[in-house]
Amino acid sequence: MTASAQIPDLLPVLPEIVLIVGALALLMVGAYGGERSSPLVNVASIMLLAAAAAIVTWLPSGKLVTFGGSFVLDDFARFLKVLALGGSAAAILMSLDYFRREKILKFEYPVLILLATAGMGMLVSAGDLIALYLGLELMSLSLYVIAAFNRDSAKSTEAGLKYFVLGALSSGMLLYGCSLIYGYTGTIAFPGIAQAAAQGGLGVTFGLVFLLAGLCFKVSAVPFHMWTPDVYEGAPTPVTAFFASAPKVAAMAIFMRVAISAFPTILVQWQQILVFVAIASMALGSFAAIGQRNIKRLMAYSSIGHMGFALVGLAAGTQAGVQGVLVYISIYLLMTLGTFACILSMKRPGGMVEDISDLAGLSRTSPTMAFLLAMLLFSLAGIPPLAGFFAKFYVFIAAINAGLYALAVIGVLTSVVGAYYYLMIVKIMYFDEPQRSFDPMPREQVVVLAVAGLFNLLFFAYPAPLLDAATAAAKSLF
Amino acid sequence: MIPALFFYLFAGICIASALMVIASRNPVHSVLYLILAFVNAAGLFLLLGAEFLAMILVVVYVGAVAVLFLFVVMMLDVDFAELREGFLQYLPVGALVGVIFLAEILLVVGAATIGGGGPRVVVAPIPTDVSNTEAIGLVLYTKYLYFFQAAGVILLVAMIGAIVLTLRHRTGVKRQNIAEQVARTPETAIEVRKVKSGQGLEV
Amino acid sequence: MSELLQHYLPLAVFIAVALGLSAALLIAPFIVAYKQPDPEKLSAYECGFNAFDDARMKFDVRFYLVAILFIIFDLEVAFLFPWAVAFGKLGLFGFWSMMVFLAVLTIGFIYEWKKGALEWD
Repeated sequence: MTASAQIPDLLPVLPEIVLIVGALALLMVGAYGGERSSPLVNVASIMLLAAAAAIVTWLPSGKLVTFGGSFVLDDFARFLKVLALGGSAAAILMSLDYFRREKILKFEYPVLILLATAGMGMLVSAGDLIALYLGLELMSLSLYVIAAFNRDSAKSTEAGLKYFVLGALSSGMLLYGCSLIYGYTGTIAFPGIAQAAAQGGLGVTFGLVFLLAGLCFKVSAVPFHMWTPDVYEGAPTPVTAFFASAPKVAAMAIFMRVAISAFPTILVQWQQILVFVAIASMALGSFAAIGQRNIKRLMAYSSIGHMGFALVGLAAGTQAGVQGVLVYISIYLLMTLGTFACILSMKRPGGMVEDISDLAGLSRTSPTMAFLLAMLLFSLAGIPPLAGFFAKFYVFIAAINAGLYALAVIGVLTSVVGAYYYLMIVKIMYFDEPQRSFDPMPREQVVVLAVAGLFNLLFFAYPAPLLDAATAAAKSLF
Repeated sequence: MIPALFFYLFAGICIASALMVIASRNPVHSVLYLILAFVNAAGLFLLLGAEFLAMILVVVYVGAVAVLFLFVVMMLDVDFAELREGFLQYLPVGALVGVIFLAEILLVVGAATIGGGGPRVVVAPIPTDVSNTEAIGLVLYTKYLYFFQAAGVILLVAMIGAIVLTLRHRTGVKRQNIAEQVARTPETAIEVRKVKSGQGLEV
Repeated sequence: MSELLQHYLPLAVFIAVALGLSAALLIAPFIVAYKQPDPEKLSAYECGFNAFDDARMKFDVRFYLVAILFIIFDLEVAFLFPWAVAFGKLGLFGFWSMMVFLAVLTIGFIYEWKKGALEWD
């Protein structure tokens, strides 16, 4: 046969292969072992995620390309893959206690998370439009299923259905954009698109708009955010914690890769879109969150706002901007996981509670948790010297250096508005009359909260490792 | 001349039946019109020379997806007349979106035909010496291995998802276990007891 | 007309004949049949009673599960066609590539079987 019959280099794809083969094996363990094997499958999937992360760091450094350019493993991909794998592992870890209490501990949940994470890996490493789409679908399809995982709850089913219908719509838009781009450039590979797009043209711009619309949906940026609050509220809380962490990382990663490596030549075109999307997301995230009573809904608006802040860095379109986004998204991941560890601990003998008012007087009933949660909320608001401040600092500096003064000023103003509702929760925890105390926090949540809390408090003392990694990652994209 | 005739035939029926999908009162009719639209789309693919896609469209969409749609439409115990009330109030928004899309397509296609902007990078021409299906077969499993395997994993996720979300076992149903039945011997199946007269037997 | 489309000429003729015949059979009764409807003749007949309610009712969701599993395997088969056609030229690599694909879906099939999704009750 022809030269194409040679076996491609499988080494760069090893983490994804490990995840998928592991997921298949665990599916068999579950199928034969029945529900009794669920705890084993959960633990094994966390170990698989850790193994995949180890392989990502162990693989030879530099830019590895395989499958004719469809799969790219560079420092950028490595950085984000480790984040996504960590986020998924934490999400499985935190789900154990919840699902056990709700009596829906099933072995399919970790298997689906493993497959979704493999999809994230493919997405982060996508080198052309088809790889992008397949990675995105593998991730999204698993997410639709786990959104409706608690199928006996009407809210969870509704969340799954809503997410699926709107997600399918956005996939359609994304595909339409891809087909326009392919039609007008004649190639699906990102470097080829970058070359062809340099000559400008209306068709490519339209394709770009549709592609960005699809991606905005996945990162839940305004005006494609409308699914977020309902899905976050309806899905089981550990699933919400997962949605807010790893998939956001992967979606933001592909956003950056498409913008920077496929369309660097028409930066002006997508910069306008991103500036608008960033401003709208930041504003909506800050203002709409104020009236919320349910803490999961509040976290949904908070995540919309944070995606807006992260996009500020990307809108700059510079290496410093991408580095800012990478720092932002890593800090956001840890803050969110820590906050959700607290939300998952909001349970009384009667069951889970989700209202913000249920946190009243937490400082007296469980002072450590209240302190760490308050610090995480301060950090999400961006108050120095906590980690969240540095996250915002880097993206705003990048925006100012790129000459986007208005964007930076609006960003600072909206983060002031956003601080109001974070501080309100802190006020409720510290100054309101205490209610009945929560059940003791399960060990898994303690671990996640401790890691996130310590990182948050101590980041300013030793930021170098994260900053260096982000610099190297951003460099590899340009 | 004749291909053009067929093109207008297929395209016309396709658009008309797509309209009927949203306009017909009975949802089952909508699904049937959808099938008609699929078949005509397959005809359009055929005119473009994409034989394989045309046949797959018939096999997968007409044969399987449309059947699933029929199930779903019949399963939904919804009063469709009631559902349609207030349907018209969404018309302005829907029409606006439609007009914007139409304008965009016209702009894009217009720019391409007027400005002469075809694909910038000319891809390999469609080979004429191999059939359509074979041409796909020659690259899909080797050159595009990655996409092929990813598609397999996506299908697996769909399978797991369908089972996780819909499968529920009824309790209290006795299931037939054929292996157990076949493995029965007289020793395990029959028990001989002596019955004393007038006392009966406790089972 | 290109050569490819030439192959489909018999199909077009067949469809045209089929359409013509069925249209003729549909239209003929309007022209030749004896018609004198009245309300009783036109009403639905259900063992002498009027129809109670809509014929539509809830189907068991298991029909849906069967249908969707069918679609998944249908798609799997769709991937087999080009493979079978090009099999002679694909070599060992192409063969094993398909085997891996089938293995992934077979694992899904085993899962399905063990879960009892293929049993009706």
